[in-house]
Amino acid sequence: MSPALGAKLAAARAAGALSRRAGRGGTSLPGKLLLRLEPRAIAQLAARLPRGNAVISATNGKTTTAAMVAAIMERTGARLVHNRAGANMAGGVAASLLGAAGQRGTIAGDLGLFEVDEFWLHRVTAQLRPRALLLANLFRDQLDRYGELETIAERWAGVVRAGGPRALVLNADDPLVADLGRERAVAEAAEGGPRGSSRADGETIFFGVEDVSVALAGLSHASDSKHCRRCGTPYVYDTVFLGHLGHYHCPNGDNRRPEPQVAATSVVLNGARSAQITLRTPAGTVEVALPLPGLYNVYNALGATALSLALGAGLEDVRAGLEAVSPAFGRAETVQVGGRPVSVLLVKNPAGANEVLRTLALEEGEHDLLAVLNDRTADGRDVSWVWDADFELLACRLRRATCSGTRAAELALRLKYAGVPTDRLHVVDDIAGGLDAAVAGGEGPLYVLPTYTALLELRRELVARGLAGSAFG
Amino acid sequence: MSPPTVRVCALYPELMSIYADRGNLLLLERRCAWRGIGFALAGAGLGEAIDPDAHDLFYLGGGQDRDQVLCAHDLVATKGEALHAAAARGALVLAVCGGLQLLGHSYRLGDEDVPGVGLVDLHTVRGDGERLIGNVAIEVQLPGLDGPRVLAGFENHGGRTHLDAGEQPLGRVLRGHGNTGDGGAEGVRRHSVIGTYLHGPLLPKNAWFADWLVATAIGVEPGTLMPLDDRLEDAAHAAARRAAGL
Repeated sequence: MSPALGAKLAAARAAGALSRRAGRGGTSLPGKLLLRLEPRAIAQLAARLPRGNAVISATNGKTTTAAMVAAIMERTGARLVHNRAGANMAGGVAASLLGAAGQRGTIAGDLGLFEVDEFWLHRVTAQLRPRALLLANLFRDQLDRYGELETIAERWAGVVRAGGPRALVLNADDPLVADLGRERAVAEAAEGGPRGSSRADGETIFFGVEDVSVALAGLSHASDSKHCRRCGTPYVYDTVFLGHLGHYHCPNGDNRRPEPQVAATSVVLNGARSAQITLRTPAGTVEVALPLPGLYNVYNALGATALSLALGAGLEDVRAGLEAVSPAFGRAETVQVGGRPVSVLLVKNPAGANEVLRTLALEEGEHDLLAVLNDRTADGRDVSWVWDADFELLACRLRRATCSGTRAAELALRLKYAGVPTDRLHVVDDIAGGLDAAVAGGEGPLYVLPTYTALLELRRELVARGLAGSAFG
Repeated sequence: MSPPTVRVCALYPELMSIYADRGNLLLLERRCAWRGIGFALAGAGLGEAIDPDAHDLFYLGGGQDRDQVLCAHDLVATKGEALHAAAARGALVLAVCGGLQLLGHSYRLGDEDVPGVGLVDLHTVRGDGERLIGNVAIEVQLPGLDGPRVLAGFENHGGRTHLDAGEQPLGRVLRGHGNTGDGGAEGVRRHSVIGTYLHGPLLPKNAWFADWLVATAIGVEPGTLMPLDDRLEDAAHAAARRAAGL
């Protein structure tokens, strides 16, 4: 290691420790400091990993998918450097690498596994140069922060064209994402075919759901990518699974869903608890009892499977890893509060919220809900999206809904217009008070649906009460 | 006599509804239902003609750039004449966000001049500047109301919209950017044609404005509508004003 880099690592570590002792700063702070001292730090540290890097990006499911890949790859003996806490911008990636970096050019790990924010993917991959890249889905999310969907799709296309990973794993069921496979083919053809190019033996692996028994009746209101990127004609959907994910084709013949090599040929959803999947892969077919609920987690498992196989995992590692995965922070995690099981399910955009609502609707009976809507920067300042989420799915099934957060009233209003009687709606702005009111106001399971910063606040509150561990993972 | 009905036509409900525009339609529908006022919702997509006399309110939301360009050409070609006829007889036109841009004469988007339907005299230019994003509050004066009222909401637009001389804004910016970012004029109103950058669920945050639209659509004074239990609506309005810094 160059002495200069060593000094910068030490300085960033010291400043991070100081700030932690002062009770300030998140997980990514030392990484941000490091990047200020050494803008190429990610590239320099990542180059120490003998087995290279794998990167995961998506609007929804990044953290859970990465947790699945970690559970699988650790079974293969891989020692991961992984931004487990979900700090997924450049600072978070740098902080993970900094945490693992040792003296004289060493690093505690052999394989990097990073979830990366969809908007900043191009910047981070330019340094990480991942050997495998999973692009899982693109939904409308926080438009005030990230601009429009097409902008992100264009950036992703740039990453793929720029000569990227050896293995590119794409969701066949998301037309905007699957189309990136064609970007890659075009880029390779322009360079005279795969042979002789920097992507000499690059492979594109598609994953998707084949079991039409879990399909929706049609496209939901919040569906995003409904038009062929080639000719602008609306796609024809034979099957819709989730938002705009499904089996589609362009009526002009410009584009159709690619055949997935990794597929869920059978899916059984067990309410808000778990799912049973038959996975068909090039390495064989296997039954998986996934301890996470909902079709969205089936998609996460498919992406994790395809990526792990590309990284050299065996099918048995995949099965065992998926079956052992525990819920990531706030993703269907359950804690006990006041004698009640409290399940926390992050909601941050219409597509994700719809899947959570749809999954809760699979459970019998009436539900108690604590819904928390914040409008801080990391949530998106614009709370419009709650009107695009299908709270109608659950409206007639709510025994009691407590609404909290900086925009609690608008969320309660959304539930009122979804059809929840107002005598079942309670507004308690502050989260701790909302939690107490929700827990005291009923019995049995309580489902908590927080936005991102609300999830962090809730976590701090649970930790302060000794009801949850203080660290992630 | 059969009860009055508010007949709404949503223009391009598939393509121009990026910012939760259905929240606006939902407010109108529920508030009519609670008062025993009929509500009929129709949609008109690409290539579909509209009947200027069949609707009391035409709603146009916002879309992604690509979709908005498709709709702009279609609006001029297949619906422009009927919309002019509808506005001339006093039908309401509510255009939100991208919809506001299409109400005028043109929208300069890079090298392209996207046409507008020309219901009001304004033009929009997408410059190189930052998008204008944030919570916003404006003060408006509307016929039938006893004084100025506040509309609170969220704006997110790359375009700068310039009103021609003689054209009136919908309101005066109290907090936020407004049409051009100079904090002056927001939106446009010419009689029953209204445009604003306060996007998506404008009506949930401003139930009073939903009621004004309903009253205007059925031709009664806003004050004569049956009062509703609006405690949550009032709280959401207050929170939106606070978010804008008002």
